[in-house]
Amino acid sequence: MAQGNNSIKKILIVAFALCIVCSVIVSTAAVALRPLQQINQELDRKSNILNVAQLYEPGMDVEETFQDEITARVVDMRTGEYTDEFDPDTFNHFEAARDPATGRTLSGDRDIAGLSRVENYATVYLVGNPDDPDQIVLPIRGQGLWGLMRGFLSVEGDGNTLISITYYEHSETPGLGAEVNNPRWQAQWEGKKIYDQEGDLTPEIHLTKGGADSEHEVDALSGATLTSNGVTNMLQFWLSPEGFGEYLAKFRSGTSQEEAQEADVELESEGA
Amino acid sequence: MADVTPKSVLTAPIFQNNPIALQILGICSALAVTTSLSVSMVMALAVIFVTAFSNLFVSLIRNHIPSSIRIIVQMTIIASLVIVVDQILKAYAYEMSKQLSVFVGLIITNCIVMGRAEGFAMSNTPGLSFLDGIGNGLGYGFVLMVVGFVRELLGSGSIFGFTVLQTVQEGGWYVTNGLLLLPPSAFFIIGLMIWVMRSIDTDQVEENEFRMKENTKPKEAV
Repeated sequence: MAQGNNSIKKILIVAFALCIVCSVIVSTAAVALRPLQQINQELDRKSNILNVAQLYEPGMDVEETFQDEITARVVDMRTGEYTDEFDPDTFNHFEAARDPATGRTLSGDRDIAGLSRVENYATVYLVGNPDDPDQIVLPIRGQGLWGLMRGFLSVEGDGNTLISITYYEHSETPGLGAEVNNPRWQAQWEGKKIYDQEGDLTPEIHLTKGGADSEHEVDALSGATLTSNGVTNMLQFWLSPEGFGEYLAKFRSGTSQEEAQEADVELESEGA
Repeated sequence: MADVTPKSVLTAPIFQNNPIALQILGICSALAVTTSLSVSMVMALAVIFVTAFSNLFVSLIRNHIPSSIRIIVQMTIIASLVIVVDQILKAYAYEMSKQLSVFVGLIITNCIVMGRAEGFAMSNTPGLSFLDGIGNGLGYGFVLMVVGFVRELLGSGSIFGFTVLQTVQEGGWYVTNGLLLLPPSAFFIIGLMIWVMRSIDTDQVEENEFRMKENTKPKEAV
């Protein structure tokens, strides 16, 4: 190696030149590939929604089916009403949870899903006619055994009967907890009921060991007790009034959202 | 390395001088990504790409790298290549990149890449270095594929995602071995591999650095 290589001037030149070249390569790759990556992420999210709504078939045109079948709306979870404050395409629940204006901190005993902060608004996906949907797809998340699990839950238009559940992001043990995405296990959810009776906002649905025999019970994952507890906890949380309880109650009372709003207006005018 | 010919730098690391089995480098990622064969294969390809090109670029500028900052220079080149690989995977193999998650990024810390850049590329021509990178990547890939094969077959009853042994969960007869899906099982498989490889090629057996002392006898202890 030449002697001159270790002069301060040479060191600076080499370091600087290398940084320039490398940063150009890295940023070119990042910028050039970003559109493709975003399409992938979007497609992945959409195919997960279609999957939980049981509309997904391998090889289908995800984009087109999503466009035809599904309407996204943002719901205010405190009142259960739709809101037009946010655009459902750009609404980011992660940012919403962090922003004090749109999120809140959960105290210890109420934070059963291990979220610490939660947003007041959420994007829901309505399958079929948005005013009287066949299915409602709700985003859920919570702690599993090893980390946060994110997924979707689909509920029938009556706001009480479950259809399916799927997780698009989790870090559970392969073969044990990761069986949450096993189609045979997911199939058990169909027809299970979330709530006991009308007007009751406490979700009854839970995972149970050794055979599910009521309509509120689903077989737990064998060998994955902690993951199963995590799933139960996040369902209990998201389906309670803290989550989508109020929203689903509108569907359970037998009136669709629009009718319920009209009824509210009538009541108010009568009161006045 | 006594004889540096293009053929030897390409083939020696696969069996005779395997980076994982003989040099015991890069074990961490071999534990993490080998639960399924397709993931192992993508990881192996990514590592081959990174070792080959980092060797090539380091070797190209080896006469201009000041020795005081050579490690940082090598790191910068490796890190840039890894980011490029990560971006490409996210754009063209999204499902795969989701499964590999952080482990693509962690190729940066894979000792094989750094070891070859410092140990070989700094003192050899670009062409040879490039081949050496491919060879070492292949050696790494070979171990990954063997471990991945055993783990996926016995852990999930499938090969490349195709069911070979019908598992009980799917209504078949095969009870999957959960241990093989957990990282420690790769230790056992790599250990067994090293045993087999050193039994075939006894040159790989290392001499004991020191003699084990005999156990103290009960009489002496009193």
